[in-house]
Amino acid sequence: MDTHYIKRQTANYAALTISVLSAAFGIFFLFWILKDVFVFGFKAINIDFFTELPAPPGMEGGGLANAILGTLMITVLATAIGVPAGIMAGTYLSEYGRKSRMASVVRFTSDILVSAPSIVIGVFVYALLVKPLGGFSAIAGAVALAIIMLPVVVRTSEEMLKLVPDATREAALALGAPHWKVTIHVVYRGAIRGIVTGVMLAVARVSGETAPLLFTSFNNAFWNFDMTEPTATLTVTIFNYAMGPYDDWHQKAWGAALLITVVVLLVNMISRIIVRGKA
Amino acid sequence: MDSKRYDSARIGDAVFKGTAWFFAASVIALMALIFAVLLKESWLSINAFGLGFIWTSTWDPVAMQFGALPSIYGTIVSSAIAIVIAVPISIGIAIFLTEMAPKRLKGPIGAAIELLASIPSIIYGMWGLFIFAPFLSEHVEPFLIDYLGFIPLFTGAPLGIGMLPAGFILAIMIIPFISSVSRDIFQMVPPMLKESGYGVGATKWEVIRKIVLPYTRSGVIGAVILGLGRALGETMAVTFLIGNAQEIHASLLEPATSISATLANEFTEAVEDLYLSSLVELGLILFVITFVVLGLAKLLISRFSYQGGKF
Repeated sequence: MDTHYIKRQTANYAALTISVLSAAFGIFFLFWILKDVFVFGFKAINIDFFTELPAPPGMEGGGLANAILGTLMITVLATAIGVPAGIMAGTYLSEYGRKSRMASVVRFTSDILVSAPSIVIGVFVYALLVKPLGGFSAIAGAVALAIIMLPVVVRTSEEMLKLVPDATREAALALGAPHWKVTIHVVYRGAIRGIVTGVMLAVARVSGETAPLLFTSFNNAFWNFDMTEPTATLTVTIFNYAMGPYDDWHQKAWGAALLITVVVLLVNMISRIIVRGKA
Repeated sequence: MDSKRYDSARIGDAVFKGTAWFFAASVIALMALIFAVLLKESWLSINAFGLGFIWTSTWDPVAMQFGALPSIYGTIVSSAIAIVIAVPISIGIAIFLTEMAPKRLKGPIGAAIELLASIPSIIYGMWGLFIFAPFLSEHVEPFLIDYLGFIPLFTGAPLGIGMLPAGFILAIMIIPFISSVSRDIFQMVPPMLKESGYGVGATKWEVIRKIVLPYTRSGVIGAVILGLGRALGETMAVTFLIGNAQEIHASLLEPATSISATLANEFTEAVEDLYLSSLVELGLILFVITFVVLGLAKLLISRFSYQGGKF
């Protein structure tokens, strides 16, 4: 066999081996991170973790019940602001704007906003809501998360609405139904599965955000049910506890990390199954 | 049709279309508002330090002297490290997923890589601080210092935190973005082109290197820049691992800082107006950098994606 041929074969095998190793590298780190989060997280999870307030600094015990509630409150409010706005904007793109100049500018802007640094969104909301109104609040945190959610929902709902064939719209229009009724009763109904999936992913993504909450919802060591007050969240608690000096804090941070990771992974897997079921 | 019903349908249409238009326009307005508010809030600092803010390396909250250079330097260097590590691996993964993996493995492995993207940044940061940094300082960095210490990049103490660890974690975080966009782009290569390559006896690697990669070049560059945009703005993981020192060192093992880490650490401590304003200006600089980078990525990728009807 001539050396040229052997050289080409060797290069081929070398390149293919490297690409297999690359995939292995990614999966290795996924499992390494998940393993540690589960192993260390489980040690911190008990009934108190879900029901008790944080213990005073340096003391053992207590839980993160207030932060769990805070994360829920802020995420729910952010969803209530971001999702309807995002779906309406997505509706504009797929039902009205389509190829217009306005629509392409909106697409471009949302694609940039999707990847905009979340900490800058935090700074923006601080300047917009926290500084003028004189204090950190759960509302400011929710607005920051809603801004992060908005472009994600805009783009996924547009993609999902576009999957509904135009013939379906035309059939309903031909029966004399007004355009808005067609959109709500026919197009939304056809795309509901995809939109719900997109919304779930967006909610999962913002529930793990930390940077935009650091200077909007800030933190709180106690129960807080008032949306205009500083509110503890799981992610900001992880940041403060992990950076702190106490072992008990570190353990609580692992527990919070486990809780968030499990929720995010479950949502991702469920949405994958929903999407696959559709295809 | 009676005219009353017709009118109500028309009003309904106008209201619905108007609402949809309003929220679509609000996306653009939001972007403009972010720029305007950041600019207004950083005005104090822009007036005080002028353009010199960008290349001054003093960051001294006590003396009220602020320069962004250490932060900008850290943001750029840590992202550059991330890109250097992530690009070959991501392209390797994309090649594996499109050209090599058996059909049964494609789905699960692709999904696993994408799950890396769904893990929140704070988890990467915390894991990096508690697990990865000790690992690096015990097993990797002493080795780098012993054998590569003659290069100024690898001098110093094996702390486990600093520019290199931050860049490495960033690399893991952006691999799923670059690899999934590259995979989608590789799948757009017409099978006819690849088959003609195989037809003249090319090996798999030759088809990839001489047909797939040249055909998708601008898209892959776009994917890389998209990853870069992500890395530039990433906050929590970097804040945990970069060491938070307002200094510039040649060595990648020394603690440093980045724009996002400076903001995360100092924003709530800034009481004085000028301090706060300087921090907002840092945020503005980061926003402008990522805007330009992401805009560029979008233009390069758009050739390979659906553009509202036409290709």
